[in-house]
Amino acid sequence: MHSDKRGREFYILAIFFAIFVLFLYGPLSAVLILSFQGPNGGLTFPLNGVSLRWFANLFETQAVGDFGGSFRRSAILGIMVMLVTVVVSLLAGLAFRRRFIGATPLFYLAVASLVVPSIIISLGIGVVFQQLGFQPNWYTSAFGAHLTWTLPFGVLIMFAVFNRFSPAYEEAARDLGASSWQTFAHVVLPMIAPSLIGVGLFGFTLSYDEFARTLMTAGSFNTLPLEIYGMTTNVTTPVLYALGTVTTVFSFLVIAGTLGLIVHLNRRRLRP
Amino acid sequence: MATITSSEPVKGQAIKAKRFHLLPASISYLQATPLTLILGGFLLLPVLMITVVSFWDYDFAQMYPDFVTFNYTETLGSWVTWKTYLNTLKYAFMVWVITLFVGFWVAYFLAFHIRTSAMQMVLFLVCTVPFLTSNIIRMISWIPVLGRNGLVNSTLISSRLISEPIEWLLYSDFAVVLAMVHLYTLFMVTPIFNTLMRVDKSLVEAARDAGASSWQILTNVILPLAKPGMAIGTIFVVTLVMADFSTVQVMSGGQSASVALMMKNQMSLLQYPAAAANAVVLLVLVLLMVAGILRIVDIRKEL
Repeated sequence: MHSDKRGREFYILAIFFAIFVLFLYGPLSAVLILSFQGPNGGLTFPLNGVSLRWFANLFETQAVGDFGGSFRRSAILGIMVMLVTVVVSLLAGLAFRRRFIGATPLFYLAVASLVVPSIIISLGIGVVFQQLGFQPNWYTSAFGAHLTWTLPFGVLIMFAVFNRFSPAYEEAARDLGASSWQTFAHVVLPMIAPSLIGVGLFGFTLSYDEFARTLMTAGSFNTLPLEIYGMTTNVTTPVLYALGTVTTVFSFLVIAGTLGLIVHLNRRRLRP
Repeated sequence: MATITSSEPVKGQAIKAKRFHLLPASISYLQATPLTLILGGFLLLPVLMITVVSFWDYDFAQMYPDFVTFNYTETLGSWVTWKTYLNTLKYAFMVWVITLFVGFWVAYFLAFHIRTSAMQMVLFLVCTVPFLTSNIIRMISWIPVLGRNGLVNSTLISSRLISEPIEWLLYSDFAVVLAMVHLYTLFMVTPIFNTLMRVDKSLVEAARDAGASSWQILTNVILPLAKPGMAIGTIFVVTLVMADFSTVQVMSGGQSASVALMMKNQMSLLQYPAAAANAVVLLVLVLLMVAGILRIVDIRKEL
């Protein structure tokens, strides 16, 4: 650390870290490779030729259920969850900056939302909708179920952001005559924008991949993870891997796009 | 100057107060309302409903409002239930030990051995990205690696280390624990990394100047300071494993059970009150574990 020479400890830990990264990405790359399996190939190596047959198979409706529809539903649901998570977390983060009665119980309710097993929330919302006579739907009950998972992350991140946020900037803006709305829109918001985008990314990806909470709450139409989960038990061709490759590439694109946006915003802020 | 700056905000606030008639405290309430409503409606209400339903009677078609306790006596009186709970706790313990070990060393490496903060962020993101992709796909991805004709077995056979494929790699407890470690390690890395990044580096310098060896610095300075991060990571990992049914189902090939999987099977048979009784027992167990860990750490201070 203070000496320039790397010790033995560094090399051992570097190797450990490299193995960890290989452990994270290795199996995933096996899926990516096997999704290009030839027409007669199976679920395991070796590759029996190379083809795009399983990707084509994905878009034939009879072969794997409703891939297009479930993908569309998951994407729309993810965007809905993302928007609500960003707005509600931001508001809650602002609320927690002041003391108010009930702040502590509300904070612990948010923490509870993280630790209550997902299947219990799924069952509970399903039963509530059934008893109230509502039809469960991916855009109502599953939407609420996903929010119980994304909101606590959003709230905790905003909590951490505002813990480190110096009120001096707002005081300066107010001293210069800005209204509280101007202070928020021109001073606070630009400073926390990268964190808000991060919260949005969490909201979208957590919802897009969530399925334990969707299990009892999706109603008659499946989301993409439910579709994939169903396939694990009855599909025995590499079309499963093709689907995995498509959704993973989509996730990677979303993550890369968001990170690019955050880097761009940070650069622009640092520019004089 | 001083008089102008100090009187301006007061005047501004006075005008505002007249226009909106809002006290700062009531603004907080308005801002907290959406969160309260959503968590109230989709967390608190469903959990209360489950508690109520766990005392209801049911048959093959529907449930009847009632006050019976046989959902609990049947569940808790069954040997299978106890075995399933023990099995789930066993998974939780094994996954906890492994993720704590791996998570600490990864976080320690990132926080203390990587010198530039840009490189730290890049390596941390490398660890994070897989966790933002589908859990099920990451689970399935072990099948071509661990299967009978998978990568591991074919490599070992072609290098003549073994003559028969190893059977217990897939569809076993080993596969379940391996997949869970794969899925949940980041939830340990992130809180520990966050805690270690806030450790004052001058403490380490001071220990070194006072003649401590690297090992002594690690055990006497860094480990005690990392405890809050470890506690938060433990909460995440333990609650995720206790709630897991898909990993157990897919990776054990149906040969092992967890509490959540038992609940899911009851739900698919429409035995909601029985599932609800199980849910209440599981929830109490999980909340007790979390409450125990929260006695060690104050989450609000750690954010």
